[in-house]
Amino acid sequence: MSTTTAEVQEQRLSKEEVEALAHPKRPLRQRVGVVLSYVGMGLIVLYCIIPFYWMVVSAFRDPSEGRSTEFIPSPASLKNFQSVFSATNNFGRSLLNSVIVAGTTTILVLLFGIIGAYALARLRFRGKVAVLWLIMACSMFPLVVLLPPLLKMFSSTSPFTWFPYWINTYQSVILPGLSFGLPLAVWTLTAFFKQLPVELEQAAMVDGCTPGVAFRKVILPLAAPGVLTTAIIVFIGAWNEFLLALTFLQDKNMQTATVAISKFTGTTGFDTPYGSIMAAGVLVTVPLLLAVLIFQRRIVAGLTAGGVK
Amino acid sequence: MATATAEPRSLPATEGDGHKHKKNALSDGQGRLAWILLAPTLIIIAVVAGIPVILSIWESFHQTNSGVDPNTGMVAGGDKFVGLQNFTDIFAGVNPVTGNYGTMDRFWNAFLNTTFITIVCVLLETVIGVAMALIMAKAFRGRGLVRAGILVPWAIPTIVSALMWKLIFDSSGVMNRILGREILWLADTGASFWAIVIADTWKTAPFIGLLTLAGLQTIPAEVYEAAKVDGATTWQQFVRITLPMVKPALVVAVLFRTLDTLRMFDLPYGMIGAGKYRVETLSVFAYQEASQSRYGPAAAYAIILFIYVLLVAFLFVRILGAEVIGDADGKQKKKKKQKGGSPPDEAALMTTIGEGIGGAH
Repeated sequence: MSTTTAEVQEQRLSKEEVEALAHPKRPLRQRVGVVLSYVGMGLIVLYCIIPFYWMVVSAFRDPSEGRSTEFIPSPASLKNFQSVFSATNNFGRSLLNSVIVAGTTTILVLLFGIIGAYALARLRFRGKVAVLWLIMACSMFPLVVLLPPLLKMFSSTSPFTWFPYWINTYQSVILPGLSFGLPLAVWTLTAFFKQLPVELEQAAMVDGCTPGVAFRKVILPLAAPGVLTTAIIVFIGAWNEFLLALTFLQDKNMQTATVAISKFTGTTGFDTPYGSIMAAGVLVTVPLLLAVLIFQRRIVAGLTAGGVK
Repeated sequence: MATATAEPRSLPATEGDGHKHKKNALSDGQGRLAWILLAPTLIIIAVVAGIPVILSIWESFHQTNSGVDPNTGMVAGGDKFVGLQNFTDIFAGVNPVTGNYGTMDRFWNAFLNTTFITIVCVLLETVIGVAMALIMAKAFRGRGLVRAGILVPWAIPTIVSALMWKLIFDSSGVMNRILGREILWLADTGASFWAIVIADTWKTAPFIGLLTLAGLQTIPAEVYEAAKVDGATTWQQFVRITLPMVKPALVVAVLFRTLDTLRMFDLPYGMIGAGKYRVETLSVFAYQEASQSRYGPAAAYAIILFIYVLLVAFLFVRILGAEVIGDADGKQKKKKKQKGGSPPDEAALMTTIGEGIGGAH
């Protein structure tokens, strides 16, 4: 019976249909799809790169070109970069400040974040959910909430006259900066620790290690990539921090790079020196870009850790 | 989540295997050890976040006596308790300004700016980000290159990107040249709003794309094959399969983008400037008040922003987050149910927070 139906269907097929079956459309469609996906990817890359390209181009323009809108700097020049490091801008000092602030923040955050994250990832205790909620809430609050009391405190204004004068000190930015770095690190690291098989520690503990020793000798070396990723993400966050540094670092010699760039204004306020601003922007961004390009897989893994499994 | 060592003491081991005693020996100290390990983190959070937030709440009920008043020139005039005046003042219309939404109190102007910038930005970023993720998921080769490209906007400091867009949007800048028009993007006009939106979308849409891509890659190909066999169109596949399955990842990404955008400071401050009412966000407004020693109102506005952010987060978790929690590790969920705890369980919480928290600040 089945054969007869097949025969009937075969008879009903017109010539064109037979032809279409003989030359399936698939390869063409797929080829178009491949081409379209490459076009799409090209568009994405252009979308991401073009504004940055504009920054680079403007940085390499001769200062006399001003705000030229040529797409290629006709005489490429390094004058903008020289002016960035001139005595008036003193950007080298700002870069150093940024390294100190972001570096210290990262180290402190990792130091405390690693052990906290280990407890959250592996140990079982009452109140863990409460701790998680607390850290989550901590990642939510606007930094600007900290400003009024801290500004008062760090400048030893009336109720806080007992407090040392902390304006223009590194710790005035590093300590409040921990409030966003630490939750970030704890979350990312917790996700990384959870990805490591528990059996490793169990084996270590069967061999007589305490949880602490198992952590130090087994987990930490294995989690090194995760720690590195977290370090990069936290460092980039601290390096890019602006609001706290803007508020608490008013002295030019203490300003971090982000604040210094934003203050590169001309004396009259109208002749914004875009050339040197862009040059400084390139200088601030390039180290991050290098890190991002080298560690891109890791960073993506870190950013999506815990969210998607 | 599996646990390294042992059951908590409160739950007597029901397995009844021979390891019971050994496990207890190891786990007896576990709770204490956990708190010891967490102590530095918790203490730091309490000191650098908890105490300032409490002080900020205290501050919001006070006003500085002589900070604004220059008749004595004294700075240390102390504070006076003004109750809810800092909060009620926003309804009194003491400081009317003209922005995009007509003349109103400066606070409400900033509030509306914050809200509308957030809505427009997050919508655009989500659409563009999802489109990017779909393209990247289709790609066979060159994904690494695209991923590297996508991380460029993410890595650029927001303030640098603000200044970069400031140059692009300059009245005689390249954007106007391409458009062939003379739009005053930076002059606190209606166009400034869109300048902010474009700059923010540029920086963070790729980030949403990245997180969505990670979600897309967890969808098994068999599901699509089955749909094709059943004759589903591409659109049907997208709406019925892709979106629902990528929703948990997407919701989290969108939630964190929303929270970040509500707190936006660097972009309007760096690009348009402070005190520009068309784009003044609550963060910029509160910052300006604080930097002018009007600590009380500044604290009040910051606290309102905080509550606003919490409210939005709560709504997200309540309305959209059910799915997020539902997708969490089943084991963990059952345990929580046994305890009868109302807060979402830990695995779900990790799902909710883990990824977006890195955010594009």
